[in-house]
Amino acid sequence: MTTLPPRMLPSGDSAITVEFGRDISDESNRRVLALDRRLTQTPIAGIIETVPTYRSLLVHYDPETIGFAALSEHLATLALSTDDSENAAKRHWRIPVCYGGEYGIDLEDAARGLNMTPDALVARHVAGNYRVAMIGFTPGWSYLSGLDPALAMPRRQAPRLHTPAGTISVGGIQTGIQCLPGPSGWHLLGRTPVRTYQLHREPIFLLEPGDTISFARIDEKEFAERDDAASRGDVVAELLSA
Amino acid sequence: MDRLSLAASNVLVGNDPLAAAIEVGPLGAKLSVRDGAVRLALTGAERPAALDGAPLAFNESFVLSEGQVLTLGVARGGVFSYLAIEGGVSGEPMFGSLAVNARAGLGSPYPRTLQAGDTIAVKSATPAVERRLDLPEQLDAPIRVVLGPQDDEFGDAVETFLAGEWTISATSDRMGYRLEGPQISHLHGHNIVSDGTVDGSIQVPGSGQPIVLMPDRGTSGGYPKIATVISADLGRLAQRQPGRPFRFQAVSVEDAQAAYRAMAKLIRSLPDLPREAQHAAIDLDALLSANVAGTAIDALTAE
Repeated sequence: MTTLPPRMLPSGDSAITVEFGRDISDESNRRVLALDRRLTQTPIAGIIETVPTYRSLLVHYDPETIGFAALSEHLATLALSTDDSENAAKRHWRIPVCYGGEYGIDLEDAARGLNMTPDALVARHVAGNYRVAMIGFTPGWSYLSGLDPALAMPRRQAPRLHTPAGTISVGGIQTGIQCLPGPSGWHLLGRTPVRTYQLHREPIFLLEPGDTISFARIDEKEFAERDDAASRGDVVAELLSA
Repeated sequence: MDRLSLAASNVLVGNDPLAAAIEVGPLGAKLSVRDGAVRLALTGAERPAALDGAPLAFNESFVLSEGQVLTLGVARGGVFSYLAIEGGVSGEPMFGSLAVNARAGLGSPYPRTLQAGDTIAVKSATPAVERRLDLPEQLDAPIRVVLGPQDDEFGDAVETFLAGEWTISATSDRMGYRLEGPQISHLHGHNIVSDGTVDGSIQVPGSGQPIVLMPDRGTSGGYPKIATVISADLGRLAQRQPGRPFRFQAVSVEDAQAAYRAMAKLIRSLPDLPREAQHAAIDLDALLSANVAGTAIDALTAE
């Protein structure tokens, strides 16, 4: 396979977006995570922080230490010489979700838009085998690859200012687990009691890029019980393989 | 939101330029001190400020003594003012910071906006002289941006963006400033695969009205980003009041980095700039009665 060099895009004066692809592909994501690991092992002076995403690595740097041109060149060389083969998923999580109703206010509309019943939409969503491609936006927001293309739907024209904690939603060809309440332009299908981010719990962040995920449908009663346990610091997600 | 004003308030009371201080939003507040006296300095957005009814100068340190009330009115010349406390704020750092992000439950001593009745443990005022700092005047120039990272998603709309007159919507907050102005249309729709964001990323959702991501932003987003506000101008944008028109101007990464370095140099040089304030009277009684430990600021009301 020919490996294309990544694009070096300026994100203002103190960050570079190292873009490996424009679409969701596990191959691009593997290259992103591999470059991120490489930078942890062999740091470049001036780099402050990295943010791995589906398709790009955002590199925050200090322009007083290194300029855009020099850092771009350095990153391009590293990206081409980095081996992305040792990137196998190590953990699989089963995440409980209560779909529809007040837990997923967009489920019915989304199903209508996709020309299927709400139950059929849920069945397809639960059947998926997902991979954590990135953690971002607000703490614990876990973006998953592996959505059934039949469930893809454009984001809302205008994002909602408030969506609830634990929301499971779909935006474009992505699905994800949102931990904290916050704005979102995605379609809300359900809620999980699992806290992917919880201060004063060990670990604070439950999931890592590369972990795999499946969903299990639960009812409102089960949601209430597990939500209660989660509020006391229980993980409530099942770790199926380590 | 406005790093330069934060740094200025801190150096006036002898703190590290980027130490934790109180950011005061557009509305007012009242503060008082218990068990002693504290030295404070107020910078940033101009607003009526008074110590027991007597007008108080900005960009000048002063002592707030027990029994006095510091009253801050509604912002007039901007949005955010900064109130630094000599000796800094006592708290428990999370991820190396005391900064508040209410959504994430972060911030110390309170992981949220201050409310009436809150107290902050601080150090007593030292017997230092009051200091004054004259900052370079902020020009009403366009807000400079570096185009990208996804300007290729917009085609001719980049010109519309740069030529347009913009105002900040009243629905803006510390997470994002929503802009109102000409419609910015996408070449390939408004859905891209989410990628990383920075302070100042300008993303354009399907509505065609851009959102500038501010310091409480998420770390990633899925709307194409037409440009990024340069670091040196982000504070100036943060202080822009809703409804007051402005324009953007594109600059090269190199020019943006030169402006970054100039700003960083200015912030580093700030501790050397304050001079003795001419008319500042030192409240000797307050200093003598100051209790070295256990001084507290009392936020009487945070309107």
